[in-house]
Amino acid sequence: MTAHQNALHQNAEIANNTHKVTLVEAVNLALHRMMKEDPDVVVLGEDIATNGGVFRATLGLKEQFGCKRVMDTPLAETLIAGVAVGMASQGLKPVAEIQFMGFIYATLEHMIDHAARMRNRTRGRLTCPMVLRAPFGGGIHAPEHHSESTEALFAHIPGLRVVIPSSPARAYGLLISAIQDPDPVVFLEPKRIYRMNPQNVIDDGEGLPLDTCFTLREGSDITLISWGAMIKETLEAADTLQQQNISAEVIDVATISPLDINTLLLSIEKTGRCVIVQEAARSCSVSSDISAQLSEQGLLYLQAPVQRVTGYDIPMPYFKNEHLYMPTTQDILSAAKKALEFV
Amino acid sequence: MTTVKTCTQFIDANGKLTQPLPDSITAERLLEFYKTLVLVRQFDKKTVSLQRTGQLGTCASCLGQEAISAGIGFAMRKDDVLAPYYRDQAAHIIRGVSLTSILQYWGGDERANLFNGEAQQDLPNSIPIATQITHAAGIASAFKIRSEKRAVVTTCGEGATSRGDFYESLNLAGVWQLPMVVVINNNQWAISTPSTLQSHANHFADKAAAAGIEGLRVDGNDICAVYDVVEKSLQKAHAGKGATLIEAMSYRLCDHTTADDATRYRSADEVNQAWKNEPIKRLQTYLFNNTLWSPEQEQQLLSDCQQKIDDTLAQYNAIEAAPASDFFDYLYDTLPDAYQWQREHIQTKSRQMMGGA
Repeated sequence: MTAHQNALHQNAEIANNTHKVTLVEAVNLALHRMMKEDPDVVVLGEDIATNGGVFRATLGLKEQFGCKRVMDTPLAETLIAGVAVGMASQGLKPVAEIQFMGFIYATLEHMIDHAARMRNRTRGRLTCPMVLRAPFGGGIHAPEHHSESTEALFAHIPGLRVVIPSSPARAYGLLISAIQDPDPVVFLEPKRIYRMNPQNVIDDGEGLPLDTCFTLREGSDITLISWGAMIKETLEAADTLQQQNISAEVIDVATISPLDINTLLLSIEKTGRCVIVQEAARSCSVSSDISAQLSEQGLLYLQAPVQRVTGYDIPMPYFKNEHLYMPTTQDILSAAKKALEFV
Repeated sequence: MTTVKTCTQFIDANGKLTQPLPDSITAERLLEFYKTLVLVRQFDKKTVSLQRTGQLGTCASCLGQEAISAGIGFAMRKDDVLAPYYRDQAAHIIRGVSLTSILQYWGGDERANLFNGEAQQDLPNSIPIATQITHAAGIASAFKIRSEKRAVVTTCGEGATSRGDFYESLNLAGVWQLPMVVVINNNQWAISTPSTLQSHANHFADKAAAAGIEGLRVDGNDICAVYDVVEKSLQKAHAGKGATLIEAMSYRLCDHTTADDATRYRSADEVNQAWKNEPIKRLQTYLFNNTLWSPEQEQQLLSDCQQKIDDTLAQYNAIEAAPASDFFDYLYDTLPDAYQWQREHIQTKSRQMMGGA
């Protein structure tokens, strides 16, 4: 029995193809599925083969698919991204892991100068079907540089996709689609909810749509927009609002770039009020852009200014004070109150 | 201290053999070398003059370094892959990229990189320094993963050896025993920075030692030496015996690019001295002295090259503008809904700028 199967047996009720898994296990499941289905899928990164990844996202892959397709690399993030670009130019589908988002910046030159524009600059002769995975976000009491939410850096780059799951099922389905996608995808995994709330996931190889928001909960009074780990607090806020007879629609953006603005516009057309929730620092962020686009295209739907609940414009504090930085359910409720009371 | 001691050379600056030519370099091959070098130099001269007269954008000349890229181009097999920097006009041409495509590149047209011939899987020029070496490592990894007996050649200047990408890639090439040949064009200058300010190593080829791969030096102005050393390194790569770093010694007789003025930082004496060492004259002398070439053939070659360049220019000038929608049509496989309106917007803007409604 491989380590992977072991993990599944320990944690999951297995009925047909259904596994009860956490978000990180769903990532693992999707990687296993795609490596099995497509010999062009290869996985590389630091500590990902023998160790199965520091979060165990790649557990069991080496045992099942061998060292040729599951590669421990030297400790060099620039190299990992560059090698993935080169492999992808040969038609492989590399899934490269960066251990923490705080170390992802060394990949930027390759992601921006090459991955994002390979198709464009060769007019389709060469492409870059790679996935760059990284756990991101705070709230796990990690050391310095292990808790950043800098997704906007990648969301700004034309030619990339930036995808963020917020549940095991979406982690599975979105990662399948990200690997199948013929263009480069930055796949950011909210590590604070890596092991929360296991969910039944059907391992059928079916992807979920990219470039599409997911409406997690329908409502008519206010729209709460978020992605990643903050979906947890956002759903909690919606529950509390429900108790106050306020019907909140909750939308998981999921693909933050390119943005499915239409789903958001349809929602604010219905509710007229909106709160955007993100863990990232406030300025020049994804919430800034969503807010701008809602104003540009949906000003007359809005009955109140768009409210944003965000991290502060400061470096992520060391873990002792990260609770001060992280947006809370109460922050979301206060913003919702402001939006709801605005006349 | 470990240092690479020999610098391979067959034909010296006076056109004299310093050791017998290898069997692989026949008289016929020598003529191929020579004809290609002359074409590349003539074409390069034309490219620069087109820039000077406003018909091309900033371009990087390869003057004086033609033998490195040509030696590589001739040594590579068809199914090998090239991950070049931006002075590899010769290798591109040998691998089937048209002269027109090269003009298109410096003329600011992405369609330049469509590439034909053997270059179908070659990477386009890499402007960000040394990044192509990591891509080459990825391509070589792909060959290894798929058990294909192919190899990748990547090129860079000596300035690029200061970058992390260079070291990281070489390191991986050693650890993973990649089928990869890295050629440093040591043309002595990285814009205004002399090679002595890039490294305190005796030779740039010595940098192979830390990666545990073979490092070799070669007279980059002797195409025979470049060809021989690259070909043997490729044979080694094809045989699964790992990567090689080659330092090819040359001199940048041109400015860095047409936007540079090298008289600001180096002396005319130095450049004049370097001209005595350039790669084409020596081969011509060798060919004449060995009655492999005649003044009549020389005249014919020059006029053939001129004809080719004139034809290229005519073709280049006849190229129609690409539709503005291309920028969106090649952004992703399928354009996301989010950007549809921008695609329409640029089309309208383009029509308006061309004087349409």
